[in-house]
Amino acid sequence: MTRSPILTARGLVKRYGRVVALDRADFDLYPGEVLAVIGDNGAGKSTLIKALSGAVTPDEGEIRLDGAPVHFTAPMQARAAGIETVYQNLALSPALSIADNMFMGRELRTPGFLGRYLRKLDRKAMERIAREKLTELGLMTIQNINQAVETLSGGQRQGVAVARAAAFGSKVVIMDEPTAALGVKESRRVLELIKDVRRRGLPIVLISHNMPHVFEVADRIHIHRLGRRIAVIDPKAYSMSDAVAIMTGAMDPPEADAAA
Amino acid sequence: MSDLETGNTRDFEQGLRASADAPARFDSHKHSTLDRIQHRLHANPELVPLIVLVLSVAVFGVLLGAKFFSPFTLTLILQQVAIVGIVGCAQSLVVLTAGIDLSVGAIMVLSSVVMGQFTFRYGLPVELAVLCGLACGALCGFINGALVAVMRLPPFIVTLGMWQIVLASNFLYSANETIRSQDIAREAALLQFFGEKINIQGAVFTYGVIALFVLVLVLNYVLNHTAWGRHVYAIGDDPDAAELAGVRVARIRISVYTLAGLICALAGWAMIGRLGSVSPTTGQFTNIESITAVVIGGISLFGGRGSVLGMLFGALIVGVFSLGLRLIGTDPQWTYLLIGVLIISAVAIDQWIRKVAA
Repeated sequence: MTRSPILTARGLVKRYGRVVALDRADFDLYPGEVLAVIGDNGAGKSTLIKALSGAVTPDEGEIRLDGAPVHFTAPMQARAAGIETVYQNLALSPALSIADNMFMGRELRTPGFLGRYLRKLDRKAMERIAREKLTELGLMTIQNINQAVETLSGGQRQGVAVARAAAFGSKVVIMDEPTAALGVKESRRVLELIKDVRRRGLPIVLISHNMPHVFEVADRIHIHRLGRRIAVIDPKAYSMSDAVAIMTGAMDPPEADAAA
Repeated sequence: MSDLETGNTRDFEQGLRASADAPARFDSHKHSTLDRIQHRLHANPELVPLIVLVLSVAVFGVLLGAKFFSPFTLTLILQQVAIVGIVGCAQSLVVLTAGIDLSVGAIMVLSSVVMGQFTFRYGLPVELAVLCGLACGALCGFINGALVAVMRLPPFIVTLGMWQIVLASNFLYSANETIRSQDIAREAALLQFFGEKINIQGAVFTYGVIALFVLVLVLNYVLNHTAWGRHVYAIGDDPDAAELAGVRVARIRISVYTLAGLICALAGWAMIGRLGSVSPTTGQFTNIESITAVVIGGISLFGGRGSVLGMLFGALIVGVFSLGLRLIGTDPQWTYLLIGVLIISAVAIDQWIRKVAA
């Protein structure tokens, strides 16, 4: 490959007591791609993702963003660096509005005296931007951006969470099982969203157990097993059953691709 | 082979072609009247207590006529509600984060005792003594907050313990000694500041009542129009989600309990104004009364829902019932009975509003 990766990890180790969740794991994400991360339960993929999104601090190893080493000790730091994560539980506050949720933790304040001394929120601007971002992703037939998130359906909530990540993620968007809790139709919508985000040039890390979804949207598939990356495969060159076989250890990983 | 595979995998989605193809659709279908009421209440949690308040004022007005509907009586209710209302503000903040503060009454009393004793026992200037009292309240609140946020102990247990600790400290420190009203008026009138009155054609507003209204308006602004306020709601809703979304949960929790302690100290100061004296044995029921105001005011004990305006209405409802029934001349037990009914109804309505769906 000639392109240089945007996000890399080398030799990540994370131990929880005597359990080794990450055992010298590597990771590479290239600009503009959708990289799927698959692995059996307990393979350490969620620990890997948490390390990349700042929710977990690895014991050893190095993470580089745009070539520069980064050390995240909180999700806020990863976000500030341009890595946004759509968590499996979506991290939305159900009773608050769509606009409130999209700006949670990075609210805009009114310019001038009111904002500086009374710390008044700029509701108008936040609502306008939230509406724009949802429209960009084709999620807008919303009449009321102030609707509470709990009044939305599962797919709509996912849409809000994805829109939030896409709006603020300047470098990378990580999505943890975005279709796991959704029906067929809503899953389709989220897959289209993922393609939309990719078209806009943002690379995506997609964690999923759903092989058809993975094979549909992924450009490359990172297979995690026993705490480390054992292969990176091209979904056009391998079948789903091959991927599952490699993931579960039934098939040896292709040697050449392991370091790609 | 892979082409075939991808083709097959999406076969099961063929059925989607015929189905509606619009992207996410947000709230467009028709609602029944009940649905609409539910949504309205969901968006404005203070509506229920406001309606109950207006109704109860109207009913007592009809039953009692001018005896109830006089400026004097109506403002008397405000005076009787002021202390509980101020403490209710503190309680509201904590309950919005899905916590509960059982130590509010004790913190209030200890702070008032500190203000009194620092002036009379140590001869501190009264302004300084008041500041020490406020600091004492904030410190108690901070300890609550640190134990809840950092040690991750349940708020119920932490504040149950603090209640006993603070109350005992109060009795040990004050030696159960009351500072007389005349002494305060002569030597430290500032302590009775909130007892000062403004009289407008029979309507009597104490500074304590005005303080309550100012406090409610300020908190209403802070909760709805600042990031801190939104974070308080988010934490009450789902602390884990809030943390992942970038809210500094522990820090906000500590600030909430500290602010609650400070507001309790303010209530202690206002209480000196109401009673005239500093007494370590008052305020025994303020805990329960503040929780009652919060619950009747429509703030969810599960956190994240409700408004401080609702709490004010809740406190006023209790005040209207107490005074109204006393003027009618019923056994005061009827007041407690009706308030009990109100509490349970309020929680039932809260549960119903929570079930709001698209």
